[in-house]
Amino acid sequence: MTPPTGAAGEGRRPGVVAAAALAQTLLAANALLVLLPIGFMVLSSLKATREIFQRPFALPVVPRWQNYAEVWGAAHFAVYFRNSLIVTVASMALILVTGTLAAYALGRYRFRGNDLIFLFFLSGIMVPIRLAIIPLFIMMRDLRLLDTVWSLILVYAASGLPSAIFILTGFFRTLPPELDNAARIDGAGELGILITVLLPLVRPALAIVTVYNIIPIWNDFFFPLVFIHQDRLKTLPLGLTVFFGEFQTNWALLFAGLTLAAAPVLALYVVMSQQFIKGLTAGAIKG
Amino acid sequence: MAKVMLEQVTKQFGNVVAVNNVTLDIPDKQFTVLVGPSGCGKTTALRLIAGLEEATSGNIYIGDRIVNDVAPKDRDIAMVFQNYALYPHMSVYDNMAFGLRLRKYPRAEIDRRVKEAAEMLGIQELLGRKPKQLSGGQRQRVALGRAIVREPQVFLMDEPLSNLDAKLRVQTRAEIKKLHARLQTTTIYVTHDQVEAMTMGDRIVVMKDGVVQQVDSPLNLYEKPANLFVAGFIGSPAMNFLEAKLAKQDGRMFVDGGVFRAEVPREYIPKLAEWEGRSVIFGIRPEDIHDRALVQSTDGAAVVRATVDVHEPLGSDVILYLTAGEHSIVARVDARSQARMGQTAEVVLDMKKMHVFNPDTHAAIL
Repeated sequence: MTPPTGAAGEGRRPGVVAAAALAQTLLAANALLVLLPIGFMVLSSLKATREIFQRPFALPVVPRWQNYAEVWGAAHFAVYFRNSLIVTVASMALILVTGTLAAYALGRYRFRGNDLIFLFFLSGIMVPIRLAIIPLFIMMRDLRLLDTVWSLILVYAASGLPSAIFILTGFFRTLPPELDNAARIDGAGELGILITVLLPLVRPALAIVTVYNIIPIWNDFFFPLVFIHQDRLKTLPLGLTVFFGEFQTNWALLFAGLTLAAAPVLALYVVMSQQFIKGLTAGAIKG
Repeated sequence: MAKVMLEQVTKQFGNVVAVNNVTLDIPDKQFTVLVGPSGCGKTTALRLIAGLEEATSGNIYIGDRIVNDVAPKDRDIAMVFQNYALYPHMSVYDNMAFGLRLRKYPRAEIDRRVKEAAEMLGIQELLGRKPKQLSGGQRQRVALGRAIVREPQVFLMDEPLSNLDAKLRVQTRAEIKKLHARLQTTTIYVTHDQVEAMTMGDRIVVMKDGVVQQVDSPLNLYEKPANLFVAGFIGSPAMNFLEAKLAKQDGRMFVDGGVFRAEVPREYIPKLAEWEGRSVIFGIRPEDIHDRALVQSTDGAAVVRATVDVHEPLGSDVILYLTAGEHSIVARVDARSQARMGQTAEVVLDMKKMHVFNPDTHAAIL
C-alpha cells in the first residue's frame, strides 16, 4: 500500500481529519465486505459439509486438508483448471499483443481516420457482448469453432480489446513524442521503438489491462455454458457446477474448489496491485 | 563531418507554410544558428534536416547526398531535443549506448565511447543513474553525450538550453561552444533567443514566417541588418525605429524627425540620394544614443531633447525610455548619466551608426 499523503500534512483542520476518517471507515468497510466472503469460503473449505451447517462461523475443529486433494482428484477438476488456464492465458496474450499494437498506432501516429478507428474501438465498450450471444453462436458454429477453446479465446479477446485499447492509447498519448524521434534517430525501427522504448514505460497500463480483463475471463460462466459441451473442455466455473447436485450439494468440496479457483487470480492481484495503483495515479503528478 | 544544404525547400502543413522556399548552405564544421520568433519555421527546418518531417518540395543534402528519402537513422545525424527526450527507464550509460547498440558496435567500442563522452562532459559518476535522479543540467549533459557518442556527421540541436535556469544556460552555452571547438562537428542549432544566437553562432540564419531573412556572421547581422525585422530582432533593447524625412539643404543631408533634425554623415549621402525629400524609417540602436552631458564633442552627431519616462539603472549602464514629440526612444547611456524620471534630458545620436529602411518593403537602404 502507498503511504497516506495529502491530508497528513501539518496544520490539518478538523474538517479534513473528519473527511479522512470517513474515507478510511468507508474503505475499511468495503475491504471487510470483500474479504469476509473470501474468508468464509476458505474456512468452509476446511470443514465437512455437516460442520458447515452446524457451526457456520466457527473455525474448523480439525482442518480437513483432504478436501483439496479430493476436489483436485474428483470430477476432472485438474482438467477444468488447465482449460481455464489455457483460455485465460491465450485470451490475455491476444488482448495484450493486439491491443498494444493497435494502441501504439492510434496513440503515436497521426493519420487520416485515426480518431474514427479509435471511436470504433471505443464503441465496443458500450455494447454488452452478451447481447450478441446468438450471432456469436451462429458465427462460431459456421466457423466450426463450437466446442473448442478457440470459441472462448476469440470472444474473450474481442470483448477485452476495446477497454485495452482505450486504456493503452491514453497512456501512449501521455508519453512525449520526442522519445520516439530520439529513438528513431538513434536507429530504432518502428517496432523497435515500441518494444525497447515505449513498452517499459506503459507497464502500469499493461497491468491495469491485465487485472481488468483477467478476472471476468477467469470467472466467466456464460460463454463456456453456451459454447462448450464436452466435459473435457469445460472451464472451472462451468466445471464446478458438478458439485451442485439436484438433491444434494457437497458444500465442503465446492468451497475447496472455489478456493482453488480463486487462488491464482487473488495471487495475481496481490502481485500486480503495486503496478495497478501506479497506473491509476500516473499522470496525477508530473515526473 | 559534412556540409548541409537546403535547396528551395518548402514544408506545408495543410494550408500553413512552415518553411517557405528556403535555400541554405551550411559549410562543413561550422556552428550555424537558426533563430527567429516562435512559429518562424526554424524547428521545422531542423526536423526536415533530421528527417522527422518530409519536405513538400525541394532537396536536402547532407554531404554530397540527397537525403530526402533517407530514414533519420541513416542520415548520420544526432539530435538534442529541448526536453532532452532521455529514455526514462534506462540508466545514463544505457541512454548513451542505445544508439550504438542498435548499430551493432562491439561492446568494447561502445564502452570506450560512452566513457570518453562521459569524461568530456563530466558525468562519469552519473552513468549508473536513471534520468529521474538527475538535475536539469545533468540531463542536458546526458542528452549531449548521447549525441556525441554516435560521432555523427551533423549535430542538430533544438533549443537545448531553454529548459535550464538563466545561470546554467550561460554556463552550458560556453560548454557547447567549447565542445564544438573540440569536436569540429557541423552543428545546426535552433533557438528563439537572439543572445544565444549571437554568442554561439559562427553564422546565424534569421527566419521569420518560414522565410530566411538574412544569413550572416553575428557582427554583420548587428551592424548591417538586411531589413527592419532583423534590425529589430538582433540586439537588446531593440533598435529604435522613427518615422522621418530625408531633407537636403546646402549640400548637406538631414534626418528630419519633426522634433529633431540630425545631420547625415557626408559619406552616406550618395547612398541616400534617391530618397531625398521622401519618408523613410530611421533606425538607431539604444547603445548608439548618449547622454549629451557626457559626450565631449557633438561633431557628426545630433541632439534630441526628450522627456525621461522611465529610468532603469543596470549598474553598468542606464536604460532610458524617452519621449520626444510623437517618438518613443530607448537609450542605453553611461551609468554616470544624471537623467531622472520626469525630467527633460538631452541625448546625442551617433549618426555614424544610423540605419535607414524603406518604409514599404522594410528593406535596408543604409
